[in-house]
Amino acid sequence: MGAATAYYEAMRQYMLARRAQSGLNEKIIVQVGSATCEKAAGSEMVMREFQKLIRASGREDILVKQTGCTGRCAREPIVGVFVPGKIPIKYERVTPERVQVIFQEHIIGGRTVPEFVLDKKTKNRYDYVITICSSENCRHGNENPEELVEEVLAEIGVEEGTVRVFGSGCFGLCSADRVGRQHVMMIFPEKTLYTFQKREELREILRIHLIEKKIAERYQTRADFITEQFFSLYGDVAFFNKQTRLTLRNSGLIDPESLVDYVMNKGYEALAKVLDSGDPEWVIGEITKSGLRGRGGGGYPTGLKWQNAVTDNDDPIRYVVCNADEGDPGAFMDRSALEGDPFIILEGMTIGAFAVGAHQGYIYVRAEYPLAIERLEKAIRTARENSLLGENIMNSGFDFDIEIRLGAGAFVCGEETALMLSIEGKRGQPRIRPPYPTQSGLWGHPTVINNVETWANVPTIILYGADWFARIGTEKSKGTKVFALAGKVNNTGLVEVPMGTTLREVIFDIGGGIPDGRKLKAVQTGGPSGGCIPADKLDTPVDYEALAALGSIMGSGGMIVLDETDCMVQTAKYFLEFTQSESCGKCVPCREGTLRMLEIMERIVDGEGTLEDLNKLERLGRVVQKSSLCGLGTTAPNPVLSALQNFREEFVAHVVEKRCPAHRCAKLIRYEITDKCTGCTLCARRCPVACISGKPRQLHVIDQSRCIKCGECFNVCKFNAVAKL
Amino acid sequence: MRNVEIYIDDEKLTVSEETTIMQAAEQIGIRIPRLCYHPDLSVEGACRVCIVEVEGSNKYITSCSTKVWDGMRVRTNSPEIRMARRDIVELILDNHPMECQTCERDGNCELQNLAYSLGVRERLYEGRRKQHPIESSSASVIRNAEKCILCRRCVRVCSEVQGIHNLSQLHRGFHTVVAPAFEDGMADSVCINCGQCINVCPTAAFLEKPHTERVWNALADPNKIVIAQIAPAIRAAIGEGFYLPPGTPCTGKTVTALRRLGFDAVFDTNFGADLTIVEEANEFAERLKKGENLPLLTSCSPGWIKFMEHFYPELIPNASSCKSPMQMLSTMLKTYYAEKRGIDPRSIYVVGIMPCVAKKFEIERPEHFAPAGYPYTDAVLTTRELIWMIKAYGIDFTRLPDGEFDLPLGFSTGAADLFGTTGGVMEAALRTAAEKLTGKPLTDLNFTQVRAVEGLREATIRFGEYELNVAVANGLNNAKTILEKVKAGEKQYHLIELMACPGGCIGGGGQPYPPPGYYVLDKEINRLRAGALYSIDEAKTVRKSHENPYIMKLYEEYLGQPGSHKAHELLHTTYTAREPKGIK
Repeated sequence: MGAATAYYEAMRQYMLARRAQSGLNEKIIVQVGSATCEKAAGSEMVMREFQKLIRASGREDILVKQTGCTGRCAREPIVGVFVPGKIPIKYERVTPERVQVIFQEHIIGGRTVPEFVLDKKTKNRYDYVITICSSENCRHGNENPEELVEEVLAEIGVEEGTVRVFGSGCFGLCSADRVGRQHVMMIFPEKTLYTFQKREELREILRIHLIEKKIAERYQTRADFITEQFFSLYGDVAFFNKQTRLTLRNSGLIDPESLVDYVMNKGYEALAKVLDSGDPEWVIGEITKSGLRGRGGGGYPTGLKWQNAVTDNDDPIRYVVCNADEGDPGAFMDRSALEGDPFIILEGMTIGAFAVGAHQGYIYVRAEYPLAIERLEKAIRTARENSLLGENIMNSGFDFDIEIRLGAGAFVCGEETALMLSIEGKRGQPRIRPPYPTQSGLWGHPTVINNVETWANVPTIILYGADWFARIGTEKSKGTKVFALAGKVNNTGLVEVPMGTTLREVIFDIGGGIPDGRKLKAVQTGGPSGGCIPADKLDTPVDYEALAALGSIMGSGGMIVLDETDCMVQTAKYFLEFTQSESCGKCVPCREGTLRMLEIMERIVDGEGTLEDLNKLERLGRVVQKSSLCGLGTTAPNPVLSALQNFREEFVAHVVEKRCPAHRCAKLIRYEITDKCTGCTLCARRCPVACISGKPRQLHVIDQSRCIKCGECFNVCKFNAVAKL
Repeated sequence: MRNVEIYIDDEKLTVSEETTIMQAAEQIGIRIPRLCYHPDLSVEGACRVCIVEVEGSNKYITSCSTKVWDGMRVRTNSPEIRMARRDIVELILDNHPMECQTCERDGNCELQNLAYSLGVRERLYEGRRKQHPIESSSASVIRNAEKCILCRRCVRVCSEVQGIHNLSQLHRGFHTVVAPAFEDGMADSVCINCGQCINVCPTAAFLEKPHTERVWNALADPNKIVIAQIAPAIRAAIGEGFYLPPGTPCTGKTVTALRRLGFDAVFDTNFGADLTIVEEANEFAERLKKGENLPLLTSCSPGWIKFMEHFYPELIPNASSCKSPMQMLSTMLKTYYAEKRGIDPRSIYVVGIMPCVAKKFEIERPEHFAPAGYPYTDAVLTTRELIWMIKAYGIDFTRLPDGEFDLPLGFSTGAADLFGTTGGVMEAALRTAAEKLTGKPLTDLNFTQVRAVEGLREATIRFGEYELNVAVANGLNNAKTILEKVKAGEKQYHLIELMACPGGCIGGGGQPYPPPGYYVLDKEINRLRAGALYSIDEAKTVRKSHENPYIMKLYEEYLGQPGSHKAHELLHTTYTAREPKGIK
């Protein structure tokens, strides 16, 4: 056993002993989400209410803990109630009033409160939950493994409504000998993991487990799979069990401020392994072999980047940097990751530092993320106190430390050269590359910059092996990708799926489809640097090359769903407005070109555009795209160009017919009162500019010349007599 | 360094792998259009005008910043690249005032030339334009942000060449503006008024504060005796304004032109230079004797003086207390000359014709006002301003006969001519100091070891028992280097010549914009201008300042001895520490 592994084992044993001593394993745990978004939704009040009730009850076997974000944004605050030996229950939209009920009914009374359960589908209180892997690799010709389980359950006479069956996303358990041969299935509350091949085997497992209430040991597998802990908590929720949580596996599971929680979930095992190997080349080799590519948007192979920093230079000073300057509108992947599991970033960076020979690291995080900063600071402090940062890490002789640098909120500082200048205390604007940061980075020394999600993948790859990682995903895009799913979709939130998952699966299987039965129009990926993918390309797999081929990009992971009520011109204009105002001002095409494009877009939505304007947009867009200095400029025209490519007819409607097909552009719509009008006079009374005339009980008329298109008449009419045209 | 084979527009050439595409193209006679690029400054890559197509890249590549690689295939011209360059230049124009005809740089504006040569004949994208007030708080430099195209040459020259870092970009995107910290006025900033920002600006975003109007008015005033004095560097560069080759000496024509303009007398700042040398050599000899306040730092360059007051106030005791040659001459004009001619000094209007915009600041310093409250120098015209006045008058400069300076304050030695170039003050001072220290006549007058073409030069000079460590620096980054050595006490220096502008006064901030084929700060153009001064020096019979008969007469009739009480009162000055805001 190497020095670091010995240190790790001693630390782990000590923590285990302390935990056993505290009796935590026998306690009822109430876990409250505590990310920024959860706090905004009121989780702090919820937490206080629980603490109050527990104190009042005098019970000492109930414990309240905080955890990071699960990514189930629309249903926050989320509270988990974990009673030893019972299926863990997650409640949604918990308020202090709901806390009263949950506490009385569930914690004291032992009865779940079905109406508050997260993503409740039924009022049943299940005895068992079965999740079966139904990802591509594990289907083996069975189009629907869930149905198979349901069928067998019926065959052996299990009562309907007592067992809940889920098809889940990849467990991450796939290994070479299993792929294509075995199903993987987990049964709750015992969290027993089974593998089987044939229908008869499944029948035997279910009979022994559910009827005889014993473990079917013959089929049990003890392989600890990476997402096990997350699955055992959330595996019964449809939103989660289609996901594959590699980088987010601890978010929503552990107390982000607790090193013990992190270590109990394999934290720092990978670092121990790396330090004991004493072989930086091996580490770089593993990362290279895994096929990991940068998750910040560009998709540069991470292993190659690390290699570049050590090849052809003997500079004794090198740096690693974590780019946490997440700035896309609507993106919060990095914030959630940092708030939910800060230690995994520290561990990833330490491994990277060892691989490239760096002794100092920086985390560049936006100042607008106070909770993430606070948790990172705490984590860094804790890591230093436990010899996981600083000198002689884990007795290995390796020294490395991390400092936090705050960004002032400029989008361009996410660009690596601008980020470095900002760290150096200079004006944050990009510079010419080459030299690349790996050749000449911070203060002229080789520097490896990876984003939060990329670093979060590193410990996992080391722990489970490059080959294992390389099996997840597609040929050129390996592993998983986190997306911030937003817009016109039922389940908004953070999702992590294997590369190669189709947009349709993300939006419909995980996202739960479009609200109110409306039609999906497009998916915007890559934020302001990305583009709109039309509905007919929904079966496109999430992968760097496939998205680029459609004029969009993977980006850092924004995914906005647009439906038929969204105007593509407005959407493109919105993103262009963002990049235009975030342009640093250094190079001409981006500084001047984006403004001119925006002016044309403004003309179009105001009904003052011409067909010639569309050609100008394309011409100027290409100039900006092909000649700007940095990634911000070269991608800034993407939203407009991809909208023009895929939705040209909508632009044409705006400029030729002066019509907005989605009825979104205020200057291009008009309201008219139809003969459904009963003459109730409500609209005339509500009109802020008094441009509606008509006698009571007679048809009313809108004076179009004075109408300001506020839509008030449309909204108040009880007879659907106002038409939006 | 390896050589690589590349193809530019299908022509094969072999170049070093350290070559940029732009440099390689120049080797086969293609000058790729450019704007923010400057060969003596760091590569910015901001304007994107110099883009080319490189096979295998789906983006356009900036030729200024990209080094060649083996097998690279470059296309400098194609319909797409021409359109992109045109569009980029139009984008700059669209955010630039449309007032070329009334702009000071009409006809010598790099943006205007580029728009013409790239064929921007119509506006496709015009829209909003930025609006900024003109900032004219400074006595020397006017900043007009509306004309700024954000090429950052001024920012780069201010930090990389001058080491001032006064200019930087503020705000961002469309609202970006180049200004001193906190968007302070230039007068409140650490600007040292060298005017190099004016020189490198491709448009008219920086200009000197004009004095032409007040000079026209003075010339038209019958009650004023208007006197011109011209600095040595003028005669070496003014011809460029009239399409004469750089390095053409034009002393006589300039004198004639000034008389034609209506100046009542034309004197030579060189006389002031000779006087400076006599005073400074005396000061130097005394410090050397006492062994105090060494090294002596020269004080002719007002840009350098303000730099010292801001950044090296602790070295103020080392600076020579001598006024600059211009101020010495102006003071003599309003004292000695006025008395001799029996005229009221208040009716004398002294105009300095200078290669320098810092001189405009210098004449406003309170130390350079007579006790009665009037300034010794009333106006300063840059070489550019004089060229414009000559043109405005309609004078056919190149066909003018050579005129002679008025006497007595128009006679100068060859030593004084050297003041216009880097190392010149040192060389002139050494010629006088050598004789003063050794008491023996000097035979070889050329101290070529102090001609600091590369910006910084050190030498050890021996005369008899004396061994003097001297240094010459031009460009304030070079000054910093030598002053840091002084502060560190690395070596005992005795005499250091410091000039704010690269190349000395010939490269001053008020010199003509470079003629076609040259670029701003071009060392070649400075070499040619310096060559003119060296040739003037060599052609003169009196080449040592202390041998100027009119200087000797001045001392005899008026000042007494060098360093006398009267000399001190009239020819010496004082300096004030000006710590930058926020430092102390």
